[in-house]
Amino acid sequence: MPEVVVSIGPHHPALKEPVNFKIIADGEKIVRLELDLSYNHRGVEKAAEQRDFIRVLPLLERVCGICSHSHSTAFAQGIEEIMQIEIPPRARYIRTIIAELERMHSHLLWLGVAAHLIGFNTLFMWTWRDREAVQDTVEEMSGNRVHYNMNEIGGVRCDLTPAQVNAALARLPNLEERVNKYVDMVNYEETMLLRFRGVGRLSKEEALRYGTVGPTARASGIDYDTRKDDPYLAYADAPWNVVTDTNGDVYGRTRVRVWEIQESLRIVRYCLENLPEGAIRVPAPKNAPKGEILSRYEAPRGELAHFIRTNGTDRVERVDIRTPTLANWTSVAMCLVNQNLADIPVIVAAIDPCLSCTSRITLVENQTKKAGVISFDELIRRYRSRNPEEV
Amino acid sequence: MAVTAAGLSQRLVNWARARSPWITVFNSGACNACDIEIIACLMPRFDVERFGILVKGSPRHADILIVTGHVTLKQASRLRRVWEQMPEPKYVIAMGACGASGGVFHGLYHMMDSVDKVIPIDVYVAGCPPRPDEIINAVVTCLNLLREDALHGGREWRKKAVPVTRTEEKTCGVIP
Repeated sequence: MPEVVVSIGPHHPALKEPVNFKIIADGEKIVRLELDLSYNHRGVEKAAEQRDFIRVLPLLERVCGICSHSHSTAFAQGIEEIMQIEIPPRARYIRTIIAELERMHSHLLWLGVAAHLIGFNTLFMWTWRDREAVQDTVEEMSGNRVHYNMNEIGGVRCDLTPAQVNAALARLPNLEERVNKYVDMVNYEETMLLRFRGVGRLSKEEALRYGTVGPTARASGIDYDTRKDDPYLAYADAPWNVVTDTNGDVYGRTRVRVWEIQESLRIVRYCLENLPEGAIRVPAPKNAPKGEILSRYEAPRGELAHFIRTNGTDRVERVDIRTPTLANWTSVAMCLVNQNLADIPVIVAAIDPCLSCTSRITLVENQTKKAGVISFDELIRRYRSRNPEEV
Repeated sequence: MAVTAAGLSQRLVNWARARSPWITVFNSGACNACDIEIIACLMPRFDVERFGILVKGSPRHADILIVTGHVTLKQASRLRRVWEQMPEPKYVIAMGACGASGGVFHGLYHMMDSVDKVIPIDVYVAGCPPRPDEIINAVVTCLNLLREDALHGGREWRKKAVPVTRTEEKTCGVIP
């Protein structure tokens, strides 16, 4: 049978974000996948070089609407390490609370979307209703539902009052009950088992070879979590476990995410109950000394890394954002081979793709039409050779 | 004035259109925050279906286009094409600070800065991102605009109008 190219996107009912898939199919089976990810490219890294540290945090939050706290925390941690300032314990705990609430809302959101993609809209409605409890807590603490803007260099922006802590604690038991129900549903609900089991399987070796991170890697049995391996914030204090699963398919990724919500609930409860007293921020100097740092953070989708290079001014010379979705895309292209066309949405959704983080631009040489990668120093050299007066 | 058959059917269509607007969402390069707030609108808590609002995948079925976010250069031609596919009368809502001016991304190298450089906008929603209640309010405002236009026989009357003051704006927002 001849191979057919099925083009999906950038505007498509099944897609929530602009992306273009070219799926080469032989009958119902997928042979190959080609991707175009650059519809969302905004040039955030370039913009970050032009703003000082105070103004760059709100910008980096808007890299992604779902994991906004991740980006600003990763950046703030890196700059604080370069400046050699230690944030107060209370600020560490507040950052952890917001980070785990963000993970909960992201995973509940994902569970709903995955259920919607297999036509199980009841679960979609349920998880999104329960997600509103998390959103309310975040809104009470920070004043906004999505972009919280809690971080500042040297601490957090606003303190938690005892009333806010009590209100947050009062919402937890109901949420725990609901999440336990979802754990049962994921394990025993026939609809989900039929559509998730054995779909998009990725063995441990493959997961390592394609460099997967986060729940995708943990579902293939790789015990890798930045929160445990390289503890930051208050993760070393709180009691929690890394969740892994050996299934390696969409079913395994669903189980990992649902159990991670339970672990997040434990961390949030611990941090709220043991919130230290004291200041919420320390004064930070205006300029950062010259230095380079790689700041790692476990975002809801996996390990997020910010490479930051400073040059002694109040701006960064370069910030490079390596998002978890970018690391996981290769594994999607491999998972899709030999699967059914009908399983595309759920396999793609299984890595919880976030395209606004991931959009990159490709350099194409005008004469040779050759696309490729060049180093940052090479880019600077080319720019300076073309604009000698602007050095 | 006697009601003609054509007039009656047109009035019926206008009535039906304002009772059940169909919406399509176009992500023109947003950061997802506006998109998840739109999905939150569909959920049991905010539940826009009580206003008859349905979200549809195809622009050919839609009355209202919600554009989330600033427009990246690559998405501009796609946005224009999606808008051209919508049948008349069509309305456009630009979401958030990015839709109005580009927000924090204003002036970057891969940006069109605001949606109205690509397609005409009827309603702007403020916020980064707007709360679901504000999105619902924008759609309801858009419906009032739709009824107003139906009374005036099209949207042409708005183009000739002088800029409205704030009090006038308030009064034309509540026409049943």
